[in-house]
Amino acid sequence: MAKSFRDVLKSDKFVITSEIGPPKGTNLDSMLHHIDILKDTVDAINVTDHQSSVMRFPSLGGCLYIKEKGAEPIMQMTCRDRNQMALQSDLLFAYARGVRNVLCLTGDSIVVGDHKDAADVFEMDSSQLLRTVRQMEAGRDLGGNELDGGVEFCAGAIVTPEADPLEPQLIKFEKKVEAGAEFIQTQAIYDLENFAKFMEYARQFDVKVLAGIVLLVSARMAKFMTENVPGIFVPQSLIDELAAAPKGQALSKGIEIAGRMIATLKDEGICDGVHIMAIGKEEVVPDILAAAGINGRH
Amino acid sequence: MKSITKQKSLEEIQQQLVGLDRVYIIGCGTCTTMTRTGGRDEVLEMKERLQGMDKIVTGWLVTPTACDEMTGAALVHANGAIANASCVVSMSCAMGVQRMAGYLDKPVLPALDTLFIGLESSPGDFHEICAQCGHCLLGYTAGICPVTACHKHLLNGPCGGTDSGRCEVDKDKDCAWTLIYKRLKQQGRLDVMRRYQPVKNSQVVPRPRIMRVD
Repeated sequence: MAKSFRDVLKSDKFVITSEIGPPKGTNLDSMLHHIDILKDTVDAINVTDHQSSVMRFPSLGGCLYIKEKGAEPIMQMTCRDRNQMALQSDLLFAYARGVRNVLCLTGDSIVVGDHKDAADVFEMDSSQLLRTVRQMEAGRDLGGNELDGGVEFCAGAIVTPEADPLEPQLIKFEKKVEAGAEFIQTQAIYDLENFAKFMEYARQFDVKVLAGIVLLVSARMAKFMTENVPGIFVPQSLIDELAAAPKGQALSKGIEIAGRMIATLKDEGICDGVHIMAIGKEEVVPDILAAAGINGRH
Repeated sequence: MKSITKQKSLEEIQQQLVGLDRVYIIGCGTCTTMTRTGGRDEVLEMKERLQGMDKIVTGWLVTPTACDEMTGAALVHANGAIANASCVVSMSCAMGVQRMAGYLDKPVLPALDTLFIGLESSPGDFHEICAQCGHCLLGYTAGICPVTACHKHLLNGPCGGTDSGRCEVDKDKDCAWTLIYKRLKQQGRLDVMRRYQPVKNSQVVPRPRIMRVD
């Protein structure tokens, strides 16, 4: 059995998480394969919740398979699709089935996804969801009613260290910490100097910060992300480095870059760990860790 | 404040008119005239379009304010031509449609979709600025309503999708929380933004919302 994620966070270990995206449909082969690859490699596995507002197999479903395989899931929970009743109810079910970690997210907009006409909920935001978890742990639901059998979660949230303007994001970050976030997984970061500055600030707070590492697979992807994805900045030097890779070697270069960043973050003690998002290339997560000089969870 | 409307597709108007061949058209002299969706010109255009669908237009009228109770008197005045029609096509907002439907025993069919209640911030530029949520938070948000102006109606600060003061869903829209942040900062009141806002009461007045003033 994997060590509980909270225990890993409390240890001095450099924490490593990664994530899987459930399928659109009931063919779980690829998801289960990804769980098998990651389960002995990372400390916990996030399962995305209809990422980018694309309807998929549920996060909670993916978490149960991770539990079955003896690994530690982090249930991503967005406020986009469920009102306070449904969110609380899913927390009860998740807890009852052994899911002990939840990442509280506001969620992407419906209109960026594949059900553009659907109703969005957003009755709560991420900080309100975190407080809901803590209130349920104290034995009461949001209606103030006593729970017959409680819950206990290691709860986390996210932050975007490259946001523009940054200060409103930091105010929200502090609200999340106040609401009881124990860990923070960041949006993808590539500029380690900027990130170190963010960490100088974040170190004031009692929360573990895992830097978001999104695998770059080509110069084109890197350029697209820096130009189009809010809160992501890829330095030109990295784009050039990927562009200079020999034909067919861009992925290896991306793995090398991710590994190098992780090694720097770890060796210089910049943050408490990393969250690796390989976005469909989960097979290479062990290679990224090997490139970082880290060989598996154990 | 104006009721902001958009004309339905002719196809949908035609679908509503199946089996109804004689039509009386009513526009509105207030909001839909301002938004050029149901004033005199648009009513005359609609008349031609309906005639192009082989409908008989028995008459038309632009009532001063379709949602006002005075509309009842205007309908009485036009009684003859309306009596000759099998239905009324309304080019007012949905409030006008319902007002008319209450007065007439014929079907009243909307030619417009009602989008939102908007404020004209500059000529021709309409913005929804109040969602009538039932519990006003403007005192904490520098007079900018996040329930309305934030795509996700967030109460505790921006989401991660904001970019250079713009909303992730539409680069032409401002990020409400960046505006709120800037104004609170200018007022020296960022501490207000740091205050936690709990989940809103969604049932301040359960729907249908009714208020009785004695």
